[in-house]
Formats: sequence, structure tokens, C-alpha cells
Amino acid sequence: MTPVPPLPASMNPFVDAALPGLYVHVPFCLSKCAYCDFYSIPDGTLIPDWLAALEKEAGFYQDRFGLFDTFYLGGGTPSLLDLPQIASLMKGLRRHFTFSPDTEVTLEANPDDLTAEKVKLYQDLGVNRLSLGVQSIHDRELAFLGRRHNVRQTVAALEAARAAGFVNLSLDLIYGLPGQSLEDWRKTLVQAVTFDPEHISCYQLTYEPGTPLGRKKVRGEVIPATEEEERDFFLFTSRFLEERGYLHYEISNFARLAEPRKDATPTLTLPPQGGGNPSVASLPNNAQFLANEEFCPGLINNQESFYRKLETENRKPHYSRHNRKYWNHTPYLGLGPGAHSFQNGVRWWNTPSVEQYCRELAQGRTPVADREILSEEQLRLEVLFLGLRTREGVSLDLLRQVPGWEKTLHNLKKEGLLEVHQNRAAPTRQGFLLADGLPLQFMDEGMGEDDIYYALETSAKIPHLSF
Amino acid sequence: MPHIRNFSIIAHIDHGKSTLADRLIQWTGMVGERQFRDQLLDTMDIERERGITIKSNTITLPYTADNGEEYELNLIDTPGHVDFSYEVSRALASCEGVLLLVDASQGVEAQTVANLYLAMEHDLTIIPVINKIDLPQADVEGVKGQIERELGLEADQALLCSAKEGLGVDEVLEAIVQRIPPPKGSLEQPLSALIFDAQYDSFRGAIISCRIFDGEVKPGDTIRFMYNQSTHKVEEVGIFGLQREPKKKLSAGMVGYIIAGIKTVSDTRIGDTVTLEERPTAQPLPGFKEVKPVVFASIYPVSADDYQALAEALEKYKLNDAALIYQKDASAALGQGFRCGFLGLLHLEIVTERLEREFGQSIITTVPGVQYRFTLADGQTITVDNPMHYPDPTRIKGSQEPYIRAAILVPERYLGAVLKLCLERRGVNSHISYPNPGRVEVTFEIPLAEVIIDFYDRLKTITQGYGSFDYELLDYRDSDLVKLDILVNGEKLDALSMIVHRTRARDWGVRVCDRLKDEIPRQMFKIAIQGAIGGQVISRSTISAFRKDVTAKCYGGDITRKRKLLEKQKAGKKKMKMVGQVMIPQGAFVAVLKTENE
Ligand SMILES: Nc1nc2c(ncn2[C@@H]2O[C@H](COP(=O)(O)OP(=O)(O)OP(=O)(O)O)[C@@H](O)[C@H]2O)c(=O)[nH]1
Ligand code: SF4
Ligand SMILES: [Mg+2]
Repeated sequence: MTPVPPLPASMNPFVDAALPGLYVHVPFCLSKCAYCDFYSIPDGTLIPDWLAALEKEAGFYQDRFGLFDTFYLGGGTPSLLDLPQIASLMKGLRRHFTFSPDTEVTLEANPDDLTAEKVKLYQDLGVNRLSLGVQSIHDRELAFLGRRHNVRQTVAALEAARAAGFVNLSLDLIYGLPGQSLEDWRKTLVQAVTFDPEHISCYQLTYEPGTPLGRKKVRGEVIPATEEEERDFFLFTSRFLEERGYLHYEISNFARLAEPRKDATPTLTLPPQGGGNPSVASLPNNAQFLANEEFCPGLINNQESFYRKLETENRKPHYSRHNRKYWNHTPYLGLGPGAHSFQNGVRWWNTPSVEQYCRELAQGRTPVADREILSEEQLRLEVLFLGLRTREGVSLDLLRQVPGWEKTLHNLKKEGLLEVHQNRAAPTRQGFLLADGLPLQFMDEGMGEDDIYYALETSAKIPHLSF
Repeated sequence: MPHIRNFSIIAHIDHGKSTLADRLIQWTGMVGERQFRDQLLDTMDIERERGITIKSNTITLPYTADNGEEYELNLIDTPGHVDFSYEVSRALASCEGVLLLVDASQGVEAQTVANLYLAMEHDLTIIPVINKIDLPQADVEGVKGQIERELGLEADQALLCSAKEGLGVDEVLEAIVQRIPPPKGSLEQPLSALIFDAQYDSFRGAIISCRIFDGEVKPGDTIRFMYNQSTHKVEEVGIFGLQREPKKKLSAGMVGYIIAGIKTVSDTRIGDTVTLEERPTAQPLPGFKEVKPVVFASIYPVSADDYQALAEALEKYKLNDAALIYQKDASAALGQGFRCGFLGLLHLEIVTERLEREFGQSIITTVPGVQYRFTLADGQTITVDNPMHYPDPTRIKGSQEPYIRAAILVPERYLGAVLKLCLERRGVNSHISYPNPGRVEVTFEIPLAEVIIDFYDRLKTITQGYGSFDYELLDYRDSDLVKLDILVNGEKLDALSMIVHRTRARDWGVRVCDRLKDEIPRQMFKIAIQGAIGGQVISRSTISAFRKDVTAKCYGGDITRKRKLLEKQKAGKKKMKMVGQVMIPQGAFVAVLKTENE
């Protein structure tokens, strides 16, 4: 392979790859959920200061970031902002930045916040995508997770969103709770799918140090799911949702392929809402459940390729356009406490403290806590590991730089962990399960300095999956 | 020159050589009360920790004899352990006589005889000294009888002493002066000096220990090493006191050192002759007999990057241990290293320990083995000391392995356990005797290969530390030998291959598979570990693959964290050996060699 000559500094490979994304971190929640280690505080009195600071921060970047085509309001709980607050936030940002006409504007919302009035206003403000923290459709699971809402509120929120005309909805779900059976989880999925959301994120419950749940684990008060159970949940989820027309395009993310049915209204049959501890074993155990063909035909342990599964008419998946930017090194600007940004191979991040954030900006300084200038090797590594977490995978041109890559690829293919399509190596379902270890297989010394340019060239034009 | 005496103290291990040396040093007033410590000449940490002498050590003692004359006594204390007999034989080349010590309570033992023969080969004057006469169980008359019968020396010539109590030391000193002849040699002849030892000093280069046979050498002279004709300018000469003592010159008959800024380690060869460039001697001295190693193992740097450092360390180390032989070796699993031959297991242990302690090397030692003989289809006999060179089995007509006669001395109550161990290890022709009440000596013939792995430790365990073990090489005997390979996912770990007796292959195979299973972390793939002879698998273990290993979230703030983790893992990967797709930690190789009870 002919080495690519180093690029002159003026010709930065990142700039024109795609339009950047804007993220705003809303660091407030009414109360903390038991598992959450995001930065957010339950004290809303700082909201006005934070809003003022945010606009100042935007001012710092208006020359470096002109035009965005995605905007993501995340948190924390953006939906707890009241109507004037959210309106002023949007107005403030528009003073400094321009958004392309087709901008994807996502707002993260908790179901208990979504009144018909709010949803309507979101629409008016240009929000065109709602990401709902649904988590579960079992009230006792929601209670265990320390969520404030219940299942009825979820249904109401979704109805309101659809009624207001939202055609791009995403649901966040959590699985792998202690004692949760696959059947419990399946019911949540079945229900989620009846809402016909355009996008679903399914997260494995994790026990983060310092959270109430993390402490419970340390004290031995909860018994986390075993590796084997986690695996079953993961594979089941992937299979279940793909069979229902959702593309498993990233470890935790699913995008529906078809356009939404016009008549899609949520129909809900609530499962019995028993209270108390979810670990009470009144449900069929997983082994029985897995053996039950009716629930999950022939499902779990065979090695599965994604590519032979989905029907592939020419339908475009409802990706989270914004999140994909994180995974392919598209520039993004993060505003707000703790937010991360990336541009021209540099990543920087803000102080996570709301007070400090406000103080710095009040005194006319940026709230940047630190930054890193990524070496080519580091960028290459990121392309590798981020790519291997997605269905696009990584370009073979990148892998080719690794000594012994063919043998490694061959073995990973043989093990059913990777597949090769259109000159890219992409993880299979089994590969997704082991995505943390995959990049390590392709990491070796003696790699050429110039490899990163291949990575960049190829990552800049990730092909759309063809179906 | 008539007032110089060059002599060694030789004996079986622990018969009191170093203790007698202590007394001679003290009697001649070399050290004051405060400087003194027991076994003064055992200067290395390992020697002091283990209470044995490993290296020969020279010291020059000034002595005023009864006749009023001043003498210069060059004393060389030698090790008694069989593994270091090469140290003895080299010391003897510098001497005209020896003190042959015999422990009055133990009598003549294997190395007493072996070392006596060495002294006789060099035509040296032998002064038998019966030591430890202070002990209640000392049997002076019995030992005198042995000296007559077994050593063929005149018993009435034997001196009696207690090195510990300082009895008979005067008589020993007088006998050295009177019985051992002064060195011959001439000051007028060209310089002819024998290098019998050396040591590397990072500031001054190789410091060579030598015996001057003819001529003299002084600072400013240009010396020439006859082996490779390299020349060096002498910076300093001197004798060995407690430290090096610089002198104006070294002349015929003396034992001392030369420092000549010798930075090229390979210029210095033990056994080489040093002469002067200006006026070289015609004939080099005979030098030393070649060493014949009996135990073989490969050593590899823990980190492949350190190969060059190890190569340099070995070269310097070898200056100070001429008994070590080595050559390049390479393993697919461990990279570049060295195949080494040792005079025995203790030698192996000392070499690796000194390389680590004195030279700061981190090394992995492969399974030690012996030298096997194979008779091939074409009638040719080859010797193989490296499993990598095991011949094509279809061409093997016969195979042989070395046997030893082992002697184990234990309290009687352990007899049963010792016999069982001997049987397990293919011991034959056992013989039991009762040297003293309550103690039993078991001698038997056993393949050397059986005692070089894990034997001492087992013996120590089953006798609760009371067993003593000694052996001598016997002969080669027919044996059904096979090569056991260890495979990881079908790829051979050549560093763990070994040649074993067929009946012992399974045991070893199971052990290695189990150890590796504990040491290799779970990975993306299922890992099959197999022990195989040819194509036949005789042991196996399996490491299951990760079933799930993925973190759910990876958004803006997670990327840096995740990359840093990978960078750390990547650095960790460098310390792993990749065998096919399997990452094997270096520690796994070491763990395989560890003994059972650790
Ligand atoms: N009772 C008694 N013990 C002695 C005498 N001489 C030496 N020993 C003891 O015997 C043990 C061995 O003494 P060393 O002088 O180290 O023996 P060595 O011959 O130098 O041993 P190696 O160098 O290992 O071959 C020590 O514990 C000494 O104290 C003696 O005359 N009487
Ligand atoms: S609402 Fe979201 S950000 Fe707030 S505590 Fe709960 S999980 Fe964390
Ligand atoms: Mg000694």
C-alpha cells in the first residue's frame, strides 16, 4: 500500500466531513434515579444562571461553528424546563448559530413532564424528535430504578407526542435488572413496539460506583444479572427488534426502517402491576422461557449474522443522526456543564460543576476544564473501536495496516464475530456482544504513521447500509 | 619466589574449607577483630544466604614461619558442591599444592575423592587435613583408615584440626610452607600468565585474575591475549587482599589481578594466556578442560525488547562463571533467547538468580532438560539437549538418557516416603544402609531428568526438610523417550515442549494444561490447551470465551475514557505473548515451571 503523505496543517481532514452537531447539557433533574451517574443536580434554582451562562458560552463558539444540522438537548432532564425557559434557551442559541433547514432537533424528556401544552410548544420551537426515558413498562421496575413516572404517564406522554404530530420518537429502555426474567423484558419490548417508535435505545443496567444502586451492589443487597443472562438479554433484544423491523445499528441503538404508519396510535394492554421487589420470582425462569419456542423461536445461542436477517427494500432507517456524529468523528460542540466537544482532532470538555460553569462564564472565561489533542494513532484507535460498535464496522483499508490483519479477520469471521461487506468489516450480533474486546485484536505495534488518513478518508464517507 | 606458596583448600561440601580459610586469614593477622565475619571469603549475597561457597576466592596472606622467614601464601578457597567443580579445577591450575579437608564426623565423601583426583591430575602436593575433630562424633581413627584405603594417601601425613575452634591451625600453616614446593618459573622468560577467572567492572572493564608462570607484568606494559591477539595497556596490577591491593608489578609465581581497560568483554577468555606484546611467549599455557554441562534450559527475557540487554549481561556474567555455556536460541512463543548448559540444577538456579540480582535481568527459564542420545535409522547417534531438535520420530531406532546414582540421607522415619518417591521417579537398584543409629542412607539409580524438575522440593516436603541429597553421574541407559508438545488452539508453544519418558508424559501434560488454564485470562475465543505426543493428544483443558464484554453507552463524554482504557490494554498486550490469536501472559510460562506446593 502506498503511504499517504502527511497532510499540510491547513488542510484539515475533519472540517468538511459533515455538518457539525450541537449538544446542550441540561444539568438538572427533579430527583436522582437510582442507577444514574450523569451529571445533574436536583436544585432548579440555578436554572436562570445556567441559561445566562449558556448563551455566553455559545458566544465563544459562534465563529468556530457556524452551521449545524443536528441539535440535541440532553441531560439531566431538559423536559423539566418550563415553557419560558426553553423558549429563551432556543432563542439564545439561534442568536449565535445557524441551523440548516433539515436540522434534527432532539429533546430528551421524562414521561411525567410531557403535558400536551409542552409538547405543542416543543413543536413550535422546532423540536422534531423526542427521546423519552420510558425505561420499563412495569411499575415495580420503575420504582426499583427510582424513576418518578409510572406506566400510565408513559402512555399519556406518547399519545400527546403523536397527537401533536411528532413523527420521530425514540424510547429509552433498560434491561438486566436484578431478578428480571426474559419474559418481563419481553413484555416491555412488546409494549414499546406497539407504540411504533422510530427509534429505540436499549441499555443494559449498570451499577456505577457512587450511585444508590452501585452501593447496593457493593453491600450485596442486589444480585446483578450474570454474564450469561446479560448475553441472553442482549441477543434476545437484538433478535426481537430486528424481527420487528428495527435495525440494530449500534450496540444499544435500534432504528426503525419503515416510515411510520399514519394511523399509529398506542394501544396498551397493561401487564399486571405487582408492587414490591422485582427479584420476587413469580415469573417463569429464563431457561423455561428460552425453551418456549412461542416466545422466541429458535433463538439464543446460534451465531447470528445481521445481514441475512432484515428484509432489504430501499428503506432508510431512522437513525439518531446526532449520536452517529460521535461515532464517526464528525465535529460537535457541547455546551453546558460537563459537555464534550470535538473539532479538528481536538476534544475538549467543560467543568461538570454547575456553579463553576456559571461562575467562569459570568467572569467572561470559558468553562473548559481540559482538552486533548489527538495523535494520529489515537484517532485511528478511536475510528477502530467506534466503528466496531456499529453496523457499518470499519474499512478494510484501516485494518490492512495491522500486521497479521488477514489472519485476525479470518479468525474473527470464523468465530462468527465479524462479517465483511462492501470492503468493510462489521460486527455480527455475537460481535456486538464482545465489542469491547474486538479492537484489541487489531491493535498492534509497528503500525504505519499514515494509517489515520485512511481511517479519516473512509470514515468521512461511511456508506449507507444498503438494504 | 622461594617464599611464595600457592595452594587451594579442597573438600566435599560443608567439610569446613571456608571456615579453615577464616582461621588462616586470622592467624596471619590479615584482618582485625572488627572486620572479621564467618566465612569471610564467601562475599556474594547468595553465598551468605545459602551458607555455601559458589565461587573460588583468592587471598594473599603474609606469613612469618617458625624458621623466621617471611612467606606470601596465595590461598584459594574453593566450592565443595559438585555443580561448581569447574571452579575447583581452574583454581588448581594456579597451585602447587592443596589442603584436602575431610570432615572427621562424615569421613571421605564423593567430592573428596573427585577433588583429590583433580589435584592428582595437576600433579599437586596433597596435604590431608582431618577437620572438625572437636565434634563428639568425630572418628579420627576411622577417617585415617579411609584416607589410607579409599584415597591411597599416607594417613600419618594427615593433620588434625578444628577450623571452628582454631585447633591445629599452626601446624597447617607450617605444613604449607614446608611441604608445598615454591612455584617454578623464571623471571627472565617472556610473560606467561594464565587467566583463571575474571569479573566485569563497569568503570574499569574486565578485571582478570591470573597466575603468573613466567616473566613479569607492570602498569604501562602492553599485554596481549594469545587467544585473539588483542592488546591492552595495563593500568593496574595487584594482589588479592581483603580488597584488591595494587602492586608495582606481578612476577613469576604470583597470583593477582590485571586491569587493562578491557571493555570488549569477548576479548577476555578464561583459560587464555596473557603475554607481553613486546616480547611474547612462544607457547600458550594448556588452559582448561572444556566444561561438560549436564542440565540444559533456555532463558528468555521477560520482555522481548530486553534481548540485547540480556545478551550483554550474559557475556559479562560468563566472565565470572566460566562453567556456563550458552548459544542463541529462538522460540516462536518467547522470541529470542539463549540455550544454556549448566553443571547441575544448583548451577542453573545460581545463574538465573545472579543474572537477576547482579545484572538486573528479568528472565524466563524453560523446563530444564538433560542431554539425550538417539540412535537413528542410519546408525548414526546424535545427542539432543533441546526439545526443538528432537529428531523425526520415524527415524529413531533407539533412545537413551543419562542416569545418576542418587544418595539420600534421612532420619529413619522417612524411609518409606523416600522409597515411594524413588519409585515414582523411575528409581532402580535401591540400596539401604544405616551409617549411624536413627539415620538411613538410600542410594538408587535414577534418570537425571527425574531429579531436575521438582525433586528437591518434593524431597524437602516429604522429609520435612530433613533429607539431604547428593548424586553422581553414572551412564546412559536405554529409555522410551517421547517429545511432549503443548498446543494452544493448535499452535505449538515450543518453549514448553519437552522430551520425557513415555510413562511420565501424561502427568506432565496434565500438569502443564492445568497450570496454563489458571494463568491465561479468558478471551474472545474459546482456548483449547492440549498436551500431545506427535498427533496424539494426551491431556487437555479449555478456557471458555467471554460470553459478553461490551459497555452499553458510548457518547460524547465516553469516547476519551474508552480510548484510554484501550490504550492501557494495548500496553498490557505488549507484555503478552501472542500465540496465534491467544494472548498469553509471560507469567504463564513461569507458572508452569513452579513446583507443586508453591
Ligand atoms: N564443629 C565444627 N564445625 C565446623 C568446623 N569447620 C567448619 N564447621 C562448620 O561446618 C559448616 C560448613 O562450613 P564451611 O566452612 O562453610 O564449609 P565449606 O567446606 O566451605 O562448604 P562449601 O564451601 O559449601 O563446600 C559450618 O556450619 C561451619 O561452622 C569444625 O572444625 N568444627
Ligand atoms: S432523569 Fe435521567 S439524568 Fe436525571 S437522574 Fe434520572 S436517569 Fe439520570
Ligand atoms: Mg566454602
